[in-house]
Amino acid sequence: MSAPEARTTPFRIAMSTGGWLVAAFLALPILVVIPVSLTDTSYIGLPKESLSLQHYEAYFTSARWLGGTLGSILVGLAVAFFATVLGTAFSIGVWFLGGRAATIARWVLIVPILVPPVVQSLGFYRFWVQLGLIDTWTGVILAHTLLALPYVSISVFAALANLDPKLPQAARSLGASIWRTVWEVVVPAARPGMITGAVFAFIVSFDEIVGVLFITVRRVETLPKLIWEGIQDNIDPTIAAVATILVVISLIVAVISGLRRS
Amino acid sequence: MTSDKARYWLLALPALAVMAIFYIWPLVNIWAISVTEPVPGFGNYVQGAESQAVTTSFVITFRVAALTTVFCVILGYICAYAIANTIRRAKPLLIALVLLPFWVSVLIRSFSWIVLLGRSGIVNDALRDVGVIERPLRLMHNEFGVVLAMVHVMLPFAVLPLLANMRGISPAYTDAARGLGASELTAFRLVYLPQTLPGIGSAALLVFVLSLGFYITPALLGGGRVLMVSEYITYQIQEFLNWGLGSALSVALLVATALVLVIAGRFLNLKNALLERS
Repeated sequence: MSAPEARTTPFRIAMSTGGWLVAAFLALPILVVIPVSLTDTSYIGLPKESLSLQHYEAYFTSARWLGGTLGSILVGLAVAFFATVLGTAFSIGVWFLGGRAATIARWVLIVPILVPPVVQSLGFYRFWVQLGLIDTWTGVILAHTLLALPYVSISVFAALANLDPKLPQAARSLGASIWRTVWEVVVPAARPGMITGAVFAFIVSFDEIVGVLFITVRRVETLPKLIWEGIQDNIDPTIAAVATILVVISLIVAVISGLRRS
Repeated sequence: MTSDKARYWLLALPALAVMAIFYIWPLVNIWAISVTEPVPGFGNYVQGAESQAVTTSFVITFRVAALTTVFCVILGYICAYAIANTIRRAKPLLIALVLLPFWVSVLIRSFSWIVLLGRSGIVNDALRDVGVIERPLRLMHNEFGVVLAMVHVMLPFAVLPLLANMRGISPAYTDAARGLGASELTAFRLVYLPQTLPGIGSAALLVFVLSLGFYITPALLGGGRVLMVSEYITYQIQEFLNWGLGSALSVALLVATALVLVIAGRFLNLKNALLERS
């Protein structure tokens, strides 16, 4: 260990200060939506004379905003369910198989992380037209499930890295069927990864915008789509109120997950 | 045993089949469109290569992605170093601040930057109130604004691989170099920095690949003046219904991304950088 006085060298002070500055750069710009959402003006800006909740009222009384929010939540839940089921089964199968073919299969499943969003959305659009899935909730759930699968398979596979392969073998040699072994030995070991994966899948779907812009028209509206259109058309402070609500929820979730981890 | 193997494949198959039919197949179709619409042949690629607007768009894309990568790696390195080596008590807080943006959607983060950098945005208003400027500065709808917001969006992707790398480095080597008389900076440069090259590589790769295809932030902060390839493709298709050129550019972007991965694969363990990250 270095001597105690080494802790306060100019180099270490510079790195610590730099670290805090970078963290401030990451966190502070996000928080700017909070004061803006409380503005008493009808345009985006800081409050002029007093604080006002009018833009929150506008959000909570708008059928369109609430409908989009509900739509996004339901799609997110459906995506979390389908992606977790498919991704967990995949990772467990591949974990048992091992070897070259299994590694290739894992690469195939993470392709959506690497393909540019606009490119994959063009693909969705053309195929969804053929399938009659344009502007349907089914179409959005299917597209989002594909985009969420990589995250589920990565986190489930990471959880299985801690499972000793001898355990399922022991269950088998004691007479358990293959499905019972999977269900009672492997799935419990995969559970932490499944939970992380489901949360990731929900967030991927809840935030997704490019695909939705391509495969929906007017009937299907998600929250990101309404925010996107709001930013493009006129900058209305309702967006700041929505953004604040989302940031505050994110903060709460981040704090809870941080506390659980420590 | 063979039947066991078949059963394991049975578990993996549904996800693979869904991915192949609804994801890979549509992507292959994009390639097919690029050589069949409006007429069969490579006309779309020739048109793209000869178009000044297309080449400019590719140059802008690579420049913005490269600038974003450089800034993200430098800032991410400092931040990861502080978390791994110098900050002790406040470490959980610092990690939480770095991870916070991950929980907030890219759309909201881009919106925040619009609020800050716009013509009558908070930064311009503040500068005018203080009397530093008379006319609003142009802080967005140019590459400055796009790169600034993109660095903000991509930075956590740089911090995480660097942090994972630095956590695996034993302080014994740097301490030994110091004990042998090296100055702190020399020990960092000759002993610590080389051990973090894999982390730098993973961070740079991830940020660069994600930046190449990025759409949301450049479209919102660029205001149509910083046309990166993704936005150019969208224009071609939504405004001009030019599917041939749009899909040819998509294939080009996809190939460019794949090339970056192949080149990176010569220097980096891609499996560690992409497949095993959690």
